[in-house]
Amino acid sequence: MNYEFGFYVFMLAAFLGFELIRKVSPLLHTPLMSLTNAIASISVVGAIILTGEQGGSTLSRVLGFVAVVSATTNLVSGYLITDRMLKMFKKREPGKK
Amino acid sequence: MTFEIYQPLYILAAFFFIFGLKSMSSPATARRGVFSAELGMLIAVVSTLMRHEVISYEWIIIGLLVGTVIGIPIAVLMPMTAVPQRTAISQACGALASALIGTAEFYKGQHGFTVGALMLETLLGFLTVTASVMAWGKLQEFLPGRPITFKGQNIVNLGVLGVAVAFAVAMVVSPANSFLYPYFVGLALIFGVLLIIPIGGADMPTVIALLNSYSGLSSCAMGFALDNKLLIIAGALDGSSGFILSIIMCRAMNRSFTNVLFGGFGQVQTSAGKQEARPVRSASPEEAAGILADSRSVVIIPGYGMAVAQAQHKIRELHDVLTKRGVDVKFAIHPVAGRMPGHMNVLLAEADVPYDKLIEMEDINGEMAMTDVSLIVGANDIVNPAAENDPKSPIAGMPILDAYKSRTVMVIKRGMSPGFAGIDNELYYMDKTLMLFGDAKSFVASLVKEVGANHD
Repeated sequence: MNYEFGFYVFMLAAFLGFELIRKVSPLLHTPLMSLTNAIASISVVGAIILTGEQGGSTLSRVLGFVAVVSATTNLVSGYLITDRMLKMFKKREPGKK
Repeated sequence: MTFEIYQPLYILAAFFFIFGLKSMSSPATARRGVFSAELGMLIAVVSTLMRHEVISYEWIIIGLLVGTVIGIPIAVLMPMTAVPQRTAISQACGALASALIGTAEFYKGQHGFTVGALMLETLLGFLTVTASVMAWGKLQEFLPGRPITFKGQNIVNLGVLGVAVAFAVAMVVSPANSFLYPYFVGLALIFGVLLIIPIGGADMPTVIALLNSYSGLSSCAMGFALDNKLLIIAGALDGSSGFILSIIMCRAMNRSFTNVLFGGFGQVQTSAGKQEARPVRSASPEEAAGILADSRSVVIIPGYGMAVAQAQHKIRELHDVLTKRGVDVKFAIHPVAGRMPGHMNVLLAEADVPYDKLIEMEDINGEMAMTDVSLIVGANDIVNPAAENDPKSPIAGMPILDAYKSRTVMVIKRGMSPGFAGIDNELYYMDKTLMLFGDAKSFVASLVKEVGANHD
């Protein structure tokens, strides 16, 4: 039984999340949401296992494949647009530091 | 338990996720943070491919490629004004993945606690799918942005959720009840729709943050079902971040969580019937430009209207010409301006406004009384003094930007229609207020021209 251990991990990670996010300046809230949205695509891990597993049923392969596609869409677009946004945050016009 | 290389690599991936979020605290390190989170994800994907139970790769590779091919254009072509919509639709994709995985796991015939975790995963996953699609429709204006309410709505909503939970419990208790699963999925999907229809367009910042939290928690539940700590950590980080952002948004509107979710805000329009036409002062671009050019300090207050009119680039030009004349120009950002937390900051950053010119509400309100002109572009409720003066107003108690304290107030607006909340704005009728009627983008463009023209 690993569930108990899982709950400890969950609790600590949730606290850590609260503390980290509270410190983010409101200036960056949109890129932050975009980034956490991209991190949510970690479900791609489950999707890969499901799709590539030996002895999987057709159902689980089909569902797994669709899950890989949609999680990857989330992942790629999430990371790229976050970076695109952050590239635009500049302090001052160049040369006028 | 036999050792596999993915185990230490998952820990490394979790480290990079945490480090990435930590780096988001400052704009100077934020890009490094994204890079770190990308690295974490890459490690997670590659090490998963190396797990011994993963034996066939062709469909995985095809899936990864297809997802990438869909994802890249979404990220590259999406205009910055549409970022809230993109987040919503991307959330729907992520939640769909998680819900489908949960479904497949369920049909493998799991028992006990694992079924419980899968139920939570699929419930949150499926409801986030439809809720995100609904939110996307409202943001994209396929669907009416105003709240849709009906009598007994909350009872219906809770009823649907209650039945879904009861089905889930029945399936946890006995595998013989697994024929209920399709109905359970249907109820979760319906609940997602019901959850969003009573929520108005202006409350979307809160909703998007909350849905982010749900999809994170769904991944987290998957982590419990698959006994995968990396999923638990990433999901928990996500869940807590979405949750805290939605609390921040609620606080910025002085409303409780339940009020946003069950409030059906915006029904107050009924009281707008007794509106008599009251006199306002309006001004032409020439007059307004003259006042702006002769002032010492200007505070620009953008709202969602600026995003709709795509006026951010013209506003930056106005900032430039005024700054050149020695006018002190700042931007006042209300926490809920726009359709996503921090939406205005991104749009102004896109237009090359330096981010140290973007001032948060608490910091700028003290300066408002010393400001010559506050120029309001497409904002309404966030500057409505009724929030402070009228305890009966639907937005009473909501912190506002104190534009009314500045010496002159200018409001760029299409017409006299009330804002989202359907409440009249006292600010427009004040003696020191000038209404500048017109499209935000073209009006600001003519202000730029006029200010530039009378520089001698």
